[in-house]
Amino acid sequence: MSQPAMINRYRWYELVGIYAGIFVFLAFILAPFVEGFSVSLKPLGLLFSSPYRFWPENGSFEAYRTMWVSVPGFARYIFNSFFISTIVTAVVLVLVVPSAYAFARFQFRGSGALLAAFLAVNMFSGAVLLIPLFRLMRSMGVLNTYFAMIVPGVAFLIPSAIWLLRTYMMRIPRELDEAAFVDGASHFYTLRRVILPIAMPGITVVAITTFIGSYAQQFIFALTFNSKTEYMPLPIGLYAYFGRQEVIWNELMAASFVGIAPAVILIFLMQRYLVAGLTAGAVKQ
Amino acid sequence: MSVRRSTVVFAWILLFPAVLYVTVIVAYPLVDTLILSFTDASLKKTTKWVGTANYDKIFNATFAEVIIRTFVWTAFSVAIKMIIGTFGAVMLNAAVPGRALFRVLTMPPWIVPMAIGIFMWGWMYNGQFGMISGMLQNWGLVDGPVAFLAHGSTAFWATIITDVWIGVPMVTLYMLASMQAIPQDLYEAAWTDGAGRFYRFRRITLPLLVPAMITMSMLSLIATFNSFDIIWILTQGGPNGDTTTMIIDTYRTAIGSKKYGEGAARAVLICIFLSIFCIVYFRVTHRLASGESR
Repeated sequence: MSQPAMINRYRWYELVGIYAGIFVFLAFILAPFVEGFSVSLKPLGLLFSSPYRFWPENGSFEAYRTMWVSVPGFARYIFNSFFISTIVTAVVLVLVVPSAYAFARFQFRGSGALLAAFLAVNMFSGAVLLIPLFRLMRSMGVLNTYFAMIVPGVAFLIPSAIWLLRTYMMRIPRELDEAAFVDGASHFYTLRRVILPIAMPGITVVAITTFIGSYAQQFIFALTFNSKTEYMPLPIGLYAYFGRQEVIWNELMAASFVGIAPAVILIFLMQRYLVAGLTAGAVKQ
Repeated sequence: MSVRRSTVVFAWILLFPAVLYVTVIVAYPLVDTLILSFTDASLKKTTKWVGTANYDKIFNATFAEVIIRTFVWTAFSVAIKMIIGTFGAVMLNAAVPGRALFRVLTMPPWIVPMAIGIFMWGWMYNGQFGMISGMLQNWGLVDGPVAFLAHGSTAFWATIITDVWIGVPMVTLYMLASMQAIPQDLYEAAWTDGAGRFYRFRRITLPLLVPAMITMSMLSLIATFNSFDIIWILTQGGPNGDTTTMIIDTYRTAIGSKKYGEGAARAVLICIFLSIFCIVYFRVTHRLASGESR
Protein backbone atom coordinates (compact mmCIF):
# COMPACT_ATOMS: atom_id res chain seq x y z
CA MET A 1 0.00 0.00 0.00
CA SER A 2 1.68 3.20 -1.09
CA GLN A 3 0.20 6.04 0.89
CA PRO A 4 1.90 9.33 1.43
CA ALA A 5 3.44 9.07 4.86
CA MET A 6 2.20 12.44 6.00
CA ILE A 7 -1.49 11.65 5.79
CA ASN A 8 -1.10 8.83 8.32
CA ARG A 9 1.02 10.70 10.80
CA TYR A 10 -0.86 10.77 14.09
CA ARG A 11 -0.51 13.27 16.87
CA TRP A 12 0.31 11.77 20.24
CA TYR A 13 -3.21 12.19 21.63
CA GLU A 14 -4.65 10.56 18.52
CA LEU A 15 -2.35 7.59 19.03
CA VAL A 16 -3.35 7.32 22.68
CA GLY A 17 -7.02 7.44 21.69
CA ILE A 18 -6.61 4.76 19.02
CA TYR A 19 -4.65 2.39 21.24
CA ALA A 20 -7.11 2.93 24.08
CA GLY A 21 -9.98 2.15 21.70
CA ILE A 22 -8.26 -0.97 20.42
CA PHE A 23 -7.52 -2.07 23.98
CA VAL A 24 -11.14 -1.73 25.09
CA PHE A 25 -12.37 -3.52 21.98
CA LEU A 26 -9.91 -6.40 22.28
CA ALA A 27 -10.54 -6.64 26.03
CA PHE A 28 -14.19 -7.42 25.27
CA ILE A 29 -13.23 -9.93 22.56
CA LEU A 30 -10.53 -11.71 24.54
CA ALA A 31 -11.79 -11.50 28.13
CA PRO A 32 -13.53 -14.91 28.05
CA PHE A 33 -10.38 -16.57 26.75
CA VAL A 34 -8.15 -14.90 29.33
CA GLU A 35 -10.55 -15.81 32.13
CA GLY A 36 -10.98 -19.32 30.71
CA PHE A 37 -7.23 -19.83 30.66
CA SER A 38 -6.90 -18.53 34.21
CA VAL A 39 -9.66 -20.93 35.28
CA SER A 40 -7.87 -23.85 33.65
CA LEU A 41 -4.83 -23.17 35.86
CA LYS A 42 -6.71 -22.91 39.16
CA PRO A 43 -7.37 -25.86 41.44
CA LEU A 44 -11.10 -26.51 41.95
CA GLY A 45 -10.91 -25.41 45.60
CA LEU A 46 -9.69 -21.95 44.60
CA LEU A 47 -12.33 -21.72 41.87
CA PHE A 48 -15.18 -22.36 44.28
CA SER A 49 -14.17 -19.74 46.79
CA SER A 50 -15.07 -16.14 47.36
CA PRO A 51 -14.12 -13.38 47.09
CA TYR A 52 -13.26 -13.63 43.43
CA ARG A 53 -9.55 -13.55 42.56
CA PHE A 54 -8.43 -13.33 38.97
CA TRP A 55 -4.82 -14.46 39.35
CA PRO A 56 -4.41 -18.22 39.68
CA GLU A 57 -2.44 -18.44 42.92
CA ASN A 58 -0.68 -21.80 43.16
CA GLY A 59 -1.79 -22.26 39.57
CA SER A 60 -0.63 -25.32 37.71
CA PHE A 61 -1.21 -27.20 34.52
CA GLU A 62 -2.58 -30.10 36.57
CA ALA A 63 -6.02 -29.84 34.92
CA TYR A 64 -4.42 -30.39 31.51
CA ARG A 65 -3.28 -33.77 32.78
CA THR A 66 -6.33 -34.83 34.79
CA MET A 67 -8.77 -33.92 31.98
CA TRP A 68 -7.59 -36.98 30.03
CA VAL A 69 -8.14 -39.16 33.10
CA SER A 70 -11.63 -37.97 34.05
CA VAL A 71 -12.90 -38.14 30.47
CA PRO A 72 -10.92 -40.90 28.80
CA GLY A 73 -12.85 -40.48 25.54
CA PHE A 74 -11.78 -36.90 25.04
CA ALA A 75 -9.22 -37.61 22.32
CA ARG A 76 -11.99 -39.40 20.49
CA TYR A 77 -14.17 -36.26 20.55
CA ILE A 78 -11.40 -34.18 18.99
CA PHE A 79 -10.89 -36.87 16.39
CA ASN A 80 -14.63 -36.94 15.68
CA SER A 81 -14.72 -33.17 15.19
CA PHE A 82 -11.80 -33.36 12.77
CA PHE A 83 -13.22 -36.36 10.98
CA ILE A 84 -16.66 -34.81 10.52
CA SER A 85 -15.21 -31.47 9.38
CA THR A 86 -12.85 -33.16 6.92
CA ILE A 87 -15.58 -35.22 5.29
CA VAL A 88 -17.94 -32.22 5.23
CA THR A 89 -15.25 -30.10 3.55
CA ALA A 90 -14.51 -32.77 0.96
CA VAL A 91 -18.19 -33.23 0.07
CA VAL A 92 -18.79 -29.46 -0.07
CA LEU A 93 -15.84 -29.03 -2.45
CA VAL A 94 -17.00 -31.81 -4.76
CA LEU A 95 -20.46 -30.22 -4.97
CA VAL A 96 -19.41 -26.60 -5.04
CA VAL A 97 -16.48 -26.42 -7.48
CA PRO A 98 -18.52 -27.37 -10.56
CA SER A 99 -21.53 -25.27 -9.59
CA ALA A 100 -19.43 -22.21 -8.78
CA TYR A 101 -17.86 -22.52 -12.22
CA ALA A 102 -21.29 -22.81 -13.84
CA PHE A 103 -22.53 -19.72 -12.01
CA ALA A 104 -19.36 -17.77 -12.81
CA ARG A 105 -19.29 -18.55 -16.52
CA PHE A 106 -22.69 -19.43 -17.95
CA GLN A 107 -25.70 -17.20 -18.07
CA PHE A 108 -28.81 -19.08 -19.02
CA ARG A 109 -32.47 -18.72 -18.29
CA GLY A 110 -33.03 -19.13 -14.59
CA SER A 111 -29.37 -18.97 -13.54
CA GLY A 112 -29.87 -15.75 -11.59
CA ALA A 113 -32.92 -17.10 -9.79
CA LEU A 114 -31.10 -20.35 -9.01
CA LEU A 115 -28.18 -18.47 -7.48
CA ALA A 116 -30.60 -16.42 -5.38
CA ALA A 117 -32.27 -19.65 -4.27
CA PHE A 118 -28.92 -21.02 -3.14
CA LEU A 119 -28.21 -17.87 -1.18
CA ALA A 120 -31.65 -18.03 0.40
CA VAL A 121 -30.66 -21.37 1.94
CA ASN A 122 -28.26 -19.35 4.08
CA MET A 123 -31.21 -17.62 5.66
CA PHE A 124 -32.58 -20.80 7.21
CA SER A 125 -30.54 -22.29 9.97
CA GLY A 126 -30.64 -25.97 10.66
CA ALA A 127 -32.61 -25.20 13.81
CA VAL A 128 -35.73 -24.22 11.86
CA LEU A 129 -35.69 -27.42 9.82
CA LEU A 130 -34.84 -29.81 12.63
CA ILE A 131 -38.15 -31.68 12.68
CA PRO A 132 -38.23 -32.77 9.03
CA LEU A 133 -34.45 -33.27 9.06
CA PHE A 134 -34.87 -35.56 12.06
CA ARG A 135 -37.53 -37.57 10.21
CA LEU A 136 -35.39 -37.61 7.07
CA MET A 137 -32.33 -38.87 8.96
CA ARG A 138 -34.49 -41.48 10.68
CA SER A 139 -35.95 -42.76 7.42
CA MET A 140 -32.49 -42.84 5.86
CA GLY A 141 -31.45 -44.87 8.90
CA VAL A 142 -28.47 -42.67 9.71
CA LEU A 143 -29.50 -41.38 13.15
CA ASN A 144 -26.70 -41.91 15.67
CA THR A 145 -24.00 -42.23 13.01
CA TYR A 146 -21.42 -39.81 11.65
CA PHE A 147 -23.68 -39.25 8.64
CA ALA A 148 -26.39 -37.68 10.81
CA MET A 149 -23.99 -34.82 11.47
CA ILE A 150 -22.26 -34.77 8.08
CA VAL A 151 -25.28 -34.81 5.76
CA PRO A 152 -27.13 -31.74 7.14
CA GLY A 153 -23.84 -29.98 7.90
CA VAL A 154 -22.86 -30.03 4.23
CA ALA A 155 -26.13 -28.51 3.03
CA PHE A 156 -25.84 -25.38 5.12
CA LEU A 157 -22.22 -24.73 4.14
CA ILE A 158 -22.85 -25.02 0.39
CA PRO A 159 -24.34 -21.54 -0.21
CA SER A 160 -21.52 -19.39 1.12
CA ALA A 161 -18.94 -21.70 -0.46
CA ILE A 162 -20.61 -21.28 -3.87
CA TRP A 163 -20.78 -17.51 -3.42
CA LEU A 164 -17.12 -17.27 -2.39
CA LEU A 165 -15.78 -19.47 -5.17
CA ARG A 166 -17.98 -17.91 -7.83
CA THR A 167 -16.60 -14.47 -6.95
CA TYR A 168 -13.09 -15.87 -7.26
CA MET A 169 -13.72 -17.63 -10.57
CA MET A 170 -15.32 -14.56 -12.12
CA ARG A 171 -11.93 -12.88 -11.87
CA ILE A 172 -10.27 -15.55 -14.02
CA PRO A 173 -10.10 -14.06 -17.55
CA ARG A 174 -12.72 -15.48 -19.83
CA GLU A 175 -10.21 -15.49 -22.69
CA LEU A 176 -8.55 -18.54 -21.14
CA ASP A 177 -11.67 -20.68 -21.54
CA GLU A 178 -12.30 -19.33 -25.00
CA ALA A 179 -8.75 -20.02 -26.15
CA ALA A 180 -8.99 -23.59 -24.91
CA PHE A 181 -12.39 -23.92 -26.54
CA VAL A 182 -11.11 -22.63 -29.89
CA ASP A 183 -8.29 -25.12 -29.73
CA GLY A 184 -10.93 -27.82 -29.63
CA ALA A 185 -10.93 -28.63 -25.93
CA SER A 186 -14.22 -29.85 -24.49
CA HIS A 187 -16.01 -27.95 -21.73
CA PHE A 188 -15.05 -30.60 -19.25
CA TYR A 189 -11.42 -30.61 -20.32
CA THR A 190 -11.31 -26.81 -20.04
CA LEU A 191 -12.66 -26.94 -16.50
CA ARG A 192 -10.29 -29.66 -15.39
CA ARG A 193 -7.08 -28.58 -17.11
CA VAL A 194 -7.43 -24.80 -17.43
CA ILE A 195 -9.73 -23.48 -14.71
CA LEU A 196 -9.06 -25.83 -11.78
CA PRO A 197 -5.31 -25.19 -11.59
CA ILE A 198 -5.79 -21.41 -11.73
CA ALA A 199 -8.64 -21.50 -9.20
CA MET A 200 -6.60 -23.53 -6.69
CA PRO A 201 -5.91 -20.59 -4.30
CA GLY A 202 -9.63 -19.75 -4.26
CA ILE A 203 -10.51 -23.39 -3.68
CA THR A 204 -8.03 -23.46 -0.79
CA VAL A 205 -9.72 -20.47 0.83
CA VAL A 206 -13.12 -22.12 0.44
CA ALA A 207 -11.77 -25.35 1.90
CA ILE A 208 -10.36 -23.54 4.95
CA THR A 209 -13.48 -21.49 5.63
CA THR A 210 -15.71 -24.53 5.15
CA PHE A 211 -13.57 -26.58 7.50
CA ILE A 212 -13.64 -23.90 10.17
CA GLY A 213 -17.35 -23.33 9.67
CA SER A 214 -17.98 -27.00 10.13
CA TYR A 215 -15.64 -27.24 13.12
CA ALA A 216 -17.33 -24.29 14.82
CA GLN A 217 -20.93 -25.22 14.15
CA GLN A 218 -21.39 -28.82 15.05
CA PHE A 219 -23.59 -28.24 18.03
CA ILE A 220 -27.22 -28.54 17.07
CA PHE A 221 -27.07 -31.51 14.68
CA ALA A 222 -24.88 -33.41 17.10
CA LEU A 223 -27.21 -32.53 19.97
CA THR A 224 -30.32 -33.70 18.15
CA PHE A 225 -29.30 -36.43 15.70
CA ASN A 226 -26.70 -38.36 17.65
CA SER A 227 -26.75 -39.87 21.09
CA LYS A 228 -23.85 -42.31 20.74
CA THR A 229 -20.88 -41.27 22.86
CA GLU A 230 -18.35 -42.67 20.40
CA TYR A 231 -19.51 -40.35 17.60
CA MET A 232 -19.83 -37.13 19.64
CA PRO A 233 -17.89 -34.14 18.38
CA LEU A 234 -16.00 -31.79 20.67
CA PRO A 235 -18.78 -29.29 21.58
CA ILE A 236 -21.09 -32.05 22.83
CA GLY A 237 -18.25 -34.12 24.23
CA LEU A 238 -17.33 -31.27 26.57
CA TYR A 239 -20.58 -31.91 28.42
CA ALA A 240 -18.81 -34.94 29.86
CA TYR A 241 -17.15 -32.52 32.31
CA PHE A 242 -20.57 -31.53 33.66
CA GLY A 243 -20.72 -33.87 36.63
CA ARG A 244 -23.87 -34.74 38.60
CA GLN A 245 -23.07 -32.35 41.43
CA GLU A 246 -20.94 -29.69 39.87
CA VAL A 247 -19.13 -28.80 36.68
CA ILE A 248 -15.41 -29.56 36.78
CA TRP A 249 -14.66 -26.11 35.45
CA ASN A 250 -10.88 -26.20 35.42
CA GLU A 251 -10.82 -29.40 33.41
CA LEU A 252 -13.63 -28.16 31.15
CA MET A 253 -11.61 -25.05 30.33
CA ALA A 254 -8.38 -27.00 29.91
CA ALA A 255 -10.18 -29.37 27.56
CA SER A 256 -11.68 -26.42 25.68
CA PHE A 257 -8.22 -24.98 25.05
CA VAL A 258 -6.88 -28.33 23.94
CA GLY A 259 -9.87 -28.57 21.59
CA ILE A 260 -9.40 -25.04 20.30
CA ALA A 261 -5.67 -25.45 19.72
CA PRO A 262 -5.97 -26.96 16.23
CA ALA A 263 -8.26 -24.13 15.11
CA VAL A 264 -5.96 -21.48 16.58
CA ILE A 265 -2.93 -22.97 14.86
CA LEU A 266 -4.90 -22.94 11.61
CA ILE A 267 -5.77 -19.27 12.09
CA PHE A 268 -2.18 -18.25 12.55
CA LEU A 269 -0.95 -20.31 9.63
CA MET A 270 -3.71 -19.21 7.31
CA GLN A 271 -4.58 -15.72 8.53
CA ARG A 272 -3.81 -14.06 5.21
CA TYR A 273 -6.14 -16.36 3.33
CA LEU A 274 -8.72 -16.14 6.08
CA VAL A 275 -9.28 -12.41 6.19
CA ALA A 276 -9.43 -12.33 2.41
CA GLY A 277 -11.64 -15.40 2.24
CA LEU A 278 -14.12 -14.59 4.96
CA THR A 279 -14.84 -11.13 3.63
CA ALA A 280 -14.29 -11.50 -0.11
CA GLY A 281 -17.62 -13.20 -0.66
CA ALA A 282 -19.47 -10.41 1.04
CA VAL A 283 -17.76 -7.35 -0.44
CA LYS A 284 -18.55 -6.49 -4.01
CA GLN A 285 -15.62 -6.82 -6.35
CA MET B 1 -24.08 -13.60 -27.45
CA SER B 2 -26.27 -16.55 -28.17
CA VAL B 3 -25.92 -19.36 -25.75
CA ARG B 4 -25.44 -22.71 -27.36
CA ARG B 5 -27.60 -25.54 -26.20
CA SER B 6 -24.62 -27.74 -25.41
CA THR B 7 -23.33 -25.01 -23.11
CA VAL B 8 -26.59 -24.85 -21.22
CA VAL B 9 -26.65 -28.62 -20.89
CA PHE B 10 -23.08 -28.56 -19.58
CA ALA B 11 -23.96 -25.85 -17.06
CA TRP B 12 -26.84 -27.93 -15.75
CA ILE B 13 -24.66 -31.01 -15.48
CA LEU B 14 -22.26 -28.98 -13.34
CA LEU B 15 -25.07 -27.64 -11.19
CA PHE B 16 -27.01 -30.87 -10.84
CA PRO B 17 -25.23 -32.45 -7.82
CA ALA B 18 -25.41 -29.32 -5.65
CA VAL B 19 -29.00 -28.57 -6.68
CA LEU B 20 -30.06 -32.13 -5.94
CA TYR B 21 -28.33 -32.09 -2.55
CA VAL B 22 -29.85 -28.82 -1.41
CA THR B 23 -33.27 -29.87 -2.70
CA VAL B 24 -33.25 -33.05 -0.62
CA ILE B 25 -31.71 -31.60 2.55
CA VAL B 26 -33.21 -28.09 2.59
CA ALA B 27 -36.08 -27.62 0.12
CA TYR B 28 -37.82 -30.91 0.88
CA PRO B 29 -37.67 -30.34 4.67
CA LEU B 30 -39.14 -26.87 4.14
CA VAL B 31 -42.12 -28.37 2.33
CA ASP B 32 -42.32 -31.18 4.86
CA THR B 33 -42.45 -28.63 7.70
CA LEU B 34 -45.40 -26.96 6.05
CA ILE B 35 -47.23 -30.27 5.59
CA LEU B 36 -46.46 -31.45 9.12
CA SER B 37 -47.79 -28.22 10.56
CA PHE B 38 -51.31 -29.29 9.55
CA THR B 39 -51.02 -32.70 11.22
CA ASP B 40 -50.77 -34.02 14.74
CA ALA B 41 -47.46 -35.77 14.03
CA SER B 42 -45.68 -37.05 17.11
CA LEU B 43 -44.00 -40.26 18.23
CA LYS B 44 -47.24 -42.12 17.46
CA LYS B 45 -47.25 -44.39 14.42
CA THR B 46 -50.23 -42.69 12.80
CA THR B 47 -50.74 -39.06 12.02
CA LYS B 48 -53.90 -37.36 10.95
CA TRP B 49 -54.82 -34.00 9.49
CA VAL B 50 -55.91 -31.50 12.06
CA GLY B 51 -56.45 -28.52 9.80
CA THR B 52 -55.30 -25.30 11.38
CA ALA B 53 -55.55 -26.60 14.95
CA ASN B 54 -51.79 -26.21 15.52
CA TYR B 55 -51.94 -22.62 14.37
CA ASP B 56 -54.98 -21.91 16.55
CA LYS B 57 -53.01 -23.23 19.51
CA ILE B 58 -50.01 -20.97 19.02
CA PHE B 59 -51.95 -17.75 18.56
CA ASN B 60 -52.35 -16.99 22.21
CA ALA B 61 -50.99 -14.48 24.66
CA THR B 62 -47.90 -16.51 25.64
CA PHE B 63 -46.84 -16.94 22.07
CA ALA B 64 -47.35 -13.30 21.22
CA GLU B 65 -44.97 -12.65 24.09
CA VAL B 66 -42.42 -15.05 22.59
CA ILE B 67 -42.63 -13.26 19.23
CA ILE B 68 -42.19 -9.83 20.79
CA ARG B 69 -39.33 -11.10 22.95
CA THR B 70 -37.63 -12.57 19.88
CA PHE B 71 -37.81 -9.27 18.05
CA VAL B 72 -36.62 -7.21 21.01
CA TRP B 73 -33.77 -9.66 21.68
CA THR B 74 -32.75 -9.64 18.01
CA ALA B 75 -33.02 -5.86 17.62
CA PHE B 76 -30.81 -5.12 20.64
CA SER B 77 -28.30 -7.78 19.68
CA VAL B 78 -27.97 -6.56 16.08
CA ALA B 79 -27.75 -2.90 17.11
CA ILE B 80 -25.03 -3.55 19.71
CA LYS B 81 -23.14 -5.82 17.30
CA MET B 82 -23.15 -3.11 14.65
CA ILE B 83 -22.02 -0.40 17.06
CA ILE B 84 -19.20 -2.39 18.68
CA GLY B 85 -18.21 -4.06 15.41
CA THR B 86 -18.02 -0.80 13.46
CA PHE B 87 -16.17 0.86 16.34
CA GLY B 88 -13.61 -1.96 16.28
CA ALA B 89 -13.25 -1.68 12.51
CA VAL B 90 -12.63 2.07 12.67
CA MET B 91 -9.98 1.56 15.34
CA LEU B 92 -8.29 -1.30 13.50
CA ASN B 93 -8.32 0.64 10.24
CA ALA B 94 -5.92 3.19 11.73
CA ALA B 95 -2.40 2.84 10.36
CA VAL B 96 -0.72 2.14 13.69
CA PRO B 97 2.01 -0.40 14.47
CA GLY B 98 0.63 -3.80 15.47
CA ARG B 99 -2.63 -3.56 13.61
CA ALA B 100 -2.05 -6.81 11.69
CA LEU B 101 -1.82 -8.66 15.01
CA PHE B 102 -4.87 -6.83 16.42
CA ARG B 103 -6.91 -7.88 13.42
CA VAL B 104 -6.05 -11.53 13.96
CA LEU B 105 -6.94 -11.17 17.64
CA THR B 106 -10.51 -10.15 16.78
CA MET B 107 -11.20 -13.49 15.13
CA PRO B 108 -11.24 -16.10 17.94
CA PRO B 109 -14.91 -15.78 18.99
CA TRP B 110 -15.91 -16.50 15.43
CA ILE B 111 -13.52 -19.30 14.76
CA VAL B 112 -13.50 -21.44 17.88
CA PRO B 113 -16.45 -23.78 18.27
CA MET B 114 -19.36 -21.64 19.47
CA ALA B 115 -20.13 -23.97 22.35
CA ILE B 116 -16.70 -23.40 23.89
CA GLY B 117 -17.03 -19.62 23.89
CA ILE B 118 -20.49 -20.00 25.39
CA PHE B 119 -19.22 -22.27 28.20
CA MET B 120 -16.67 -19.58 29.06
CA TRP B 121 -19.38 -16.94 29.25
CA GLY B 122 -21.49 -19.31 31.32
CA TRP B 123 -18.72 -19.46 33.91
CA MET B 124 -18.19 -15.68 33.84
CA TYR B 125 -21.91 -15.17 34.52
CA ASN B 126 -21.79 -17.54 37.50
CA GLY B 127 -23.16 -15.70 40.52
CA GLN B 128 -21.05 -16.93 43.40
CA PHE B 129 -17.71 -17.55 41.74
CA GLY B 130 -17.90 -15.95 38.29
CA MET B 131 -15.68 -13.17 37.04
CA ILE B 132 -18.29 -10.48 36.35
CA SER B 133 -20.15 -10.78 39.61
CA GLY B 134 -16.85 -11.12 41.46
CA MET B 135 -15.29 -8.05 39.85
CA LEU B 136 -18.40 -5.97 40.47
CA GLN B 137 -18.33 -7.00 44.14
CA ASN B 138 -14.60 -6.33 44.47
CA TRP B 139 -15.12 -2.86 43.06
CA GLY B 140 -18.06 -2.33 45.39
CA LEU B 141 -20.55 -1.79 42.60
CA VAL B 142 -22.95 -4.47 43.86
CA ASP B 143 -23.55 -5.67 47.38
CA GLY B 144 -23.92 -9.41 47.02
CA PRO B 145 -23.39 -12.02 44.32
CA VAL B 146 -25.42 -11.49 41.13
CA ALA B 147 -26.42 -14.75 39.43
CA PHE B 148 -26.88 -13.30 35.97
CA LEU B 149 -28.50 -16.36 34.46
CA ALA B 150 -30.92 -16.95 37.33
CA HIS B 151 -33.05 -13.83 36.92
CA GLY B 152 -35.16 -13.03 33.90
CA SER B 153 -33.96 -9.54 33.09
CA THR B 154 -30.24 -10.18 33.65
CA ALA B 155 -30.41 -13.49 31.77
CA PHE B 156 -32.03 -11.68 28.85
CA TRP B 157 -29.11 -9.22 28.65
CA ALA B 158 -26.51 -11.85 29.40
CA THR B 159 -27.59 -13.92 26.40
CA ILE B 160 -27.61 -10.80 24.22
CA ILE B 161 -24.05 -9.88 25.25
CA THR B 162 -22.80 -13.37 24.45
CA ASP B 163 -24.55 -13.26 21.07
CA VAL B 164 -22.96 -9.87 20.41
CA TRP B 165 -19.55 -11.25 21.35
CA ILE B 166 -19.87 -14.08 18.82
CA GLY B 167 -21.22 -11.78 16.09
CA VAL B 168 -18.80 -8.86 16.44
CA PRO B 169 -15.78 -10.34 14.58
CA MET B 170 -17.86 -10.85 11.44
CA VAL B 171 -19.09 -7.24 11.56
CA THR B 172 -15.62 -5.86 12.26
CA LEU B 173 -13.89 -7.76 9.47
CA TYR B 174 -16.63 -6.95 6.99
CA MET B 175 -16.64 -3.25 7.83
CA LEU B 176 -12.85 -3.23 7.75
CA ALA B 177 -12.85 -4.72 4.26
CA SER B 178 -15.45 -2.17 3.16
CA MET B 179 -13.36 0.68 4.56
CA GLN B 180 -10.31 -0.51 2.71
CA ALA B 181 -12.32 -0.62 -0.50
CA ILE B 182 -12.82 3.17 -0.28
CA PRO B 183 -10.47 4.75 -2.86
CA GLN B 184 -7.41 6.18 -1.14
CA ASP B 185 -7.24 9.22 -3.46
CA LEU B 186 -10.46 10.57 -1.93
CA TYR B 187 -8.63 10.92 1.38
CA GLU B 188 -5.55 12.33 -0.29
CA ALA B 189 -7.56 14.92 -2.19
CA ALA B 190 -9.36 15.99 0.99
CA TRP B 191 -6.08 16.01 2.89
CA THR B 192 -4.47 18.22 0.24
CA ASP B 193 -7.39 20.60 0.68
CA GLY B 194 -6.61 20.75 4.38
CA ALA B 195 -9.38 18.53 5.74
CA GLY B 196 -8.60 17.19 9.20
CA ARG B 197 -8.76 13.54 10.19
CA PHE B 198 -12.12 13.73 11.90
CA TYR B 199 -13.60 15.77 9.07
CA ARG B 200 -12.37 13.21 6.53
CA PHE B 201 -13.88 10.43 8.63
CA ARG B 202 -17.23 12.17 8.91
CA ARG B 203 -17.49 13.31 5.30
CA ILE B 204 -15.82 10.47 3.41
CA THR B 205 -15.67 7.27 5.47
CA LEU B 206 -19.07 7.38 7.14
CA PRO B 207 -21.20 8.20 4.09
CA LEU B 208 -19.40 5.61 1.95
CA LEU B 209 -19.86 2.98 4.65
CA VAL B 210 -23.64 3.30 4.82
CA PRO B 211 -24.34 0.67 2.12
CA ALA B 212 -22.03 -1.83 3.83
CA MET B 213 -23.67 -1.07 7.18
CA ILE B 214 -27.13 -1.72 5.77
CA THR B 215 -26.04 -4.97 4.13
CA MET B 216 -24.27 -6.18 7.27
CA SER B 217 -27.22 -5.27 9.51
CA MET B 218 -29.54 -7.33 7.34
CA LEU B 219 -27.20 -10.33 7.29
CA SER B 220 -26.72 -10.00 11.02
CA LEU B 221 -30.47 -9.72 11.56
CA ILE B 222 -31.07 -13.00 9.77
CA ALA B 223 -28.26 -14.80 11.61
CA THR B 224 -29.37 -13.45 14.99
CA PHE B 225 -33.00 -14.37 14.43
CA ASN B 226 -31.77 -17.94 13.93
CA SER B 227 -29.59 -17.91 17.03
CA PHE B 228 -29.97 -21.14 18.96
CA ASP B 229 -26.76 -22.40 20.59
CA ILE B 230 -26.18 -19.42 22.86
CA ILE B 231 -29.53 -19.38 24.59
CA TRP B 232 -29.77 -23.15 24.66
CA ILE B 233 -26.41 -23.63 26.38
CA LEU B 234 -26.73 -20.69 28.78
CA THR B 235 -30.36 -20.85 29.92
CA GLN B 236 -32.32 -23.32 27.75
CA GLY B 237 -34.86 -20.51 27.46
CA GLY B 238 -35.25 -19.99 31.20
CA PRO B 239 -35.68 -18.70 33.85
CA ASN B 240 -39.46 -18.83 33.54
CA GLY B 241 -39.16 -18.61 29.79
CA ASP B 242 -37.64 -15.14 29.96
CA THR B 243 -35.07 -15.96 27.29
CA THR B 244 -37.34 -18.18 25.19
CA THR B 245 -37.13 -16.97 21.61
CA MET B 246 -39.07 -18.49 18.72
CA ILE B 247 -36.26 -20.88 17.80
CA ILE B 248 -35.91 -22.09 21.39
CA ASP B 249 -39.67 -22.42 21.72
CA THR B 250 -39.84 -24.46 18.52
CA TYR B 251 -37.02 -26.72 19.65
CA ARG B 252 -38.67 -27.34 23.02
CA THR B 253 -42.02 -28.13 21.44
CA ALA B 254 -40.71 -30.31 18.65
CA ILE B 255 -37.65 -32.06 20.03
CA GLY B 256 -38.26 -31.69 23.78
CA SER B 257 -41.96 -32.57 23.90
CA LYS B 258 -41.95 -34.56 20.62
CA LYS B 259 -44.95 -32.60 19.33
CA TYR B 260 -43.73 -32.50 15.73
CA GLY B 261 -46.93 -31.05 14.32
CA GLU B 262 -47.14 -28.17 16.77
CA GLY B 263 -43.41 -27.54 16.46
CA ALA B 264 -43.70 -27.46 12.68
CA ALA B 265 -46.41 -24.79 12.87
CA ARG B 266 -44.04 -22.66 14.95
CA ALA B 267 -41.20 -23.32 12.50
CA VAL B 268 -43.44 -22.22 9.61
CA LEU B 269 -43.99 -18.93 11.38
CA ILE B 270 -40.22 -18.46 11.74
CA CYS B 271 -39.79 -19.26 8.05
CA ILE B 272 -42.37 -16.62 7.15
CA PHE B 273 -40.48 -13.97 9.14
CA LEU B 274 -37.16 -15.10 7.66
CA SER B 275 -38.59 -14.99 4.12
CA ILE B 276 -39.71 -11.42 4.70
CA PHE B 277 -36.22 -10.47 5.94
CA CYS B 278 -34.74 -12.31 2.97
CA ILE B 279 -36.90 -10.45 0.43
CA VAL B 280 -36.09 -7.11 2.06
CA TYR B 281 -32.41 -8.06 2.00
CA PHE B 282 -32.42 -8.87 -1.71
CA ARG B 283 -34.40 -5.72 -2.50
CA VAL B 284 -32.06 -3.51 -0.48
CA THR B 285 -28.81 -4.99 -1.80
CA HIS B 286 -30.20 -4.84 -5.35
CA ARG B 287 -31.08 -1.18 -4.93
CA LEU B 288 -27.71 -0.41 -3.37
CA ALA B 289 -25.94 -2.16 -6.26
CA SER B 290 -27.91 -0.35 -8.97
CA GLY B 291 -27.47 2.94 -7.12
CA GLU B 292 -23.71 2.49 -7.17
CA SER B 293 -23.47 1.82 -10.89
CA ARG B 294 -25.55 4.84 -11.81
